[in-house]
Amino acid sequence: MTTKPKYSNTRATLAIAKASLRSILRSPSAVVFSLVFPLIFIVVFANIGGSGVTVDVGIAKTCDTTNPVYKILRNNQLMNLIKDQSTDEMNKNLSKGSIDAILDIRKNNSPSWITSPLQPTASAIKPPFTINVQYTKASSKGAILKSALNNILYQVSKVMNSNGPQLAEVNETTIQGREYRYIDFILPGMLGFSLLSSGVFGTAFVFLSLRLTLVIKRFFATPVKRYSIVLGEALARIVFALAGALFIIAIGHYAFNFTLIHGFTTVINMLILSAIGLIIFMGFGFTISGVAKNESSVPPFSNIITLPQFLLSGTFFSTAAFPSWLQHISRVLPLTHLNEAMRKVAFEGASLTEVSHQLLILGIWFVGVYVVAVKTFKWE
Amino acid sequence: MVNKPIITVKNLVKKYGDFTAVNDISFEVYEGEIFGLLGPNGAGKTTTLEIIETLRDKTSGEISVDGFSIDKDADDIKKRIGVQLQAAGYYPNLNLSELIVLFSGLYGINKTPMEMLEKVALTEKAKAKYKDLSGGQKQRFSIATTLINDPRIIFLDEPTTGLDPQARRNLWDLIREIRNNGTTVVITTHYMDEAEVLCDRVAFIDGGHVIGIDTPDNFIDKLVASGFERPKQVKLANLEDVFINMTGKEWREE
Repeated sequence: MTTKPKYSNTRATLAIAKASLRSILRSPSAVVFSLVFPLIFIVVFANIGGSGVTVDVGIAKTCDTTNPVYKILRNNQLMNLIKDQSTDEMNKNLSKGSIDAILDIRKNNSPSWITSPLQPTASAIKPPFTINVQYTKASSKGAILKSALNNILYQVSKVMNSNGPQLAEVNETTIQGREYRYIDFILPGMLGFSLLSSGVFGTAFVFLSLRLTLVIKRFFATPVKRYSIVLGEALARIVFALAGALFIIAIGHYAFNFTLIHGFTTVINMLILSAIGLIIFMGFGFTISGVAKNESSVPPFSNIITLPQFLLSGTFFSTAAFPSWLQHISRVLPLTHLNEAMRKVAFEGASLTEVSHQLLILGIWFVGVYVVAVKTFKWE
Repeated sequence: MVNKPIITVKNLVKKYGDFTAVNDISFEVYEGEIFGLLGPNGAGKTTTLEIIETLRDKTSGEISVDGFSIDKDADDIKKRIGVQLQAAGYYPNLNLSELIVLFSGLYGINKTPMEMLEKVALTEKAKAKYKDLSGGQKQRFSIATTLINDPRIIFLDEPTTGLDPQARRNLWDLIREIRNNGTTVVITTHYMDEAEVLCDRVAFIDGGHVIGIDTPDNFIDKLVASGFERPKQVKLANLEDVFINMTGKEWREE
């Protein structure tokens, strides 16, 4: 050996990545959290289907809301009336089944019923209301609305006049929609959550234990650069998480018919989103590893980060069912936006530019989290 | 033989807030010797070592290692030294071979795990995890990782603490062998018998000061010349000799 080879930071980084990946693969908790847990949840929930039946009914902008039918529907606990979406949004949501029906009640021009309901009138006269209902093949819950409507109309006419004219005529149409299965909802949610817990718990535990057992200090006695240590660890975690994501998507697709609109391209987009999400969540992990004094204080800190997102970010059930103050909180959380982006990409076939709003919010989180992480992270 | 200094420490000071851990220490380590830093706990031995190893900042003073200044050439120094830390752990879930591969990558050196493990007689443990090794094996493995980059100097911080007499003797042999292959060794220890048989020169450190540097023989001779006498008549052997004599010199694998 005449000359020593020039020192390579890339080689050092890859050596750490390789060691870290080996270590992760041999750690039972990492495998259980990232693969087994999400799969159990997917299997369980894909089989029970949606939890708690409510029918999401879009109310068209042209809908009259002063009539008795509307008022009765509004008091029905099963009906969740949605008014804050644009016509376009509503139609889109109807076609993918996240809205079960769109209701449009119109007042007809002869308000005879209101002025003198008991006056006998000719049967040729139009009923005072026309109810237009659009159902969708993407959801079977429209049937619940249908029977509720029939029931209401029957009750109201009975009270008024058994021989009188019909209170309303009902026009029903059913649109074609892609069937939106519960798996299409739960899989992206579980994937997001698996990335969150692996990013937060995994990173926090590894860096804290490397610091406490002086592994990092020993590394510093070699010519390795600090960024190589962080980059190597991050690389290993990303490779492991993406392999896990691929596995979950494959199981979901082949065993539970998880929808991948553009096939392979969709998978790639989902993996890119996974990597972005994981990098942000690792920032939380870095912060926790700096703040925690010992290994037993990692779980409480990590739970503070992961549990609220687990519950509030639309992992298991849509956030649309939440009261509005809770929805405001859930709109802030990064996992909410990751989940939304994943679902749009997987089910609607959106490209990454079409989820730029979600990516922008994730970008803000990235900056915020890493500003805090850089301030709190400790090497020794 | 001319003593050529390989480490020069001049007026080293390290303060933690109001506390002065190292207070104006100066000494030299010669090339090819085994140099011992001796002193009670908290005397500043480990702090001094870690500053020389570029792991800790100094408050003031000058240090050069193999011709490089720790202020400007920390990276060059890191490439030329091997460091064994007191109580350091290794990357979790990896076996010894994989750890050697990792360190080879960190040093940017091509070494096979077997050639490194052979130097410390651990080839049979290549697939074992670090945490499953005995105390003596752990120390020998640590020393193997310090040798990967063919260092000019290695630093061993209390390598024999907690080892049984056989494992201790075995480690002394290993350390002498490393020195005989041309590597300078700086060692800290609490065992004076160890320093006496192993070190070519020792420095006593107390309260952040160097209170004496010389060969173990000279120190002892000077003390005796001053009229010092042990209260108890020294016998030709001590209890450790009895222990070794009765249980055998052979080092045992636990």
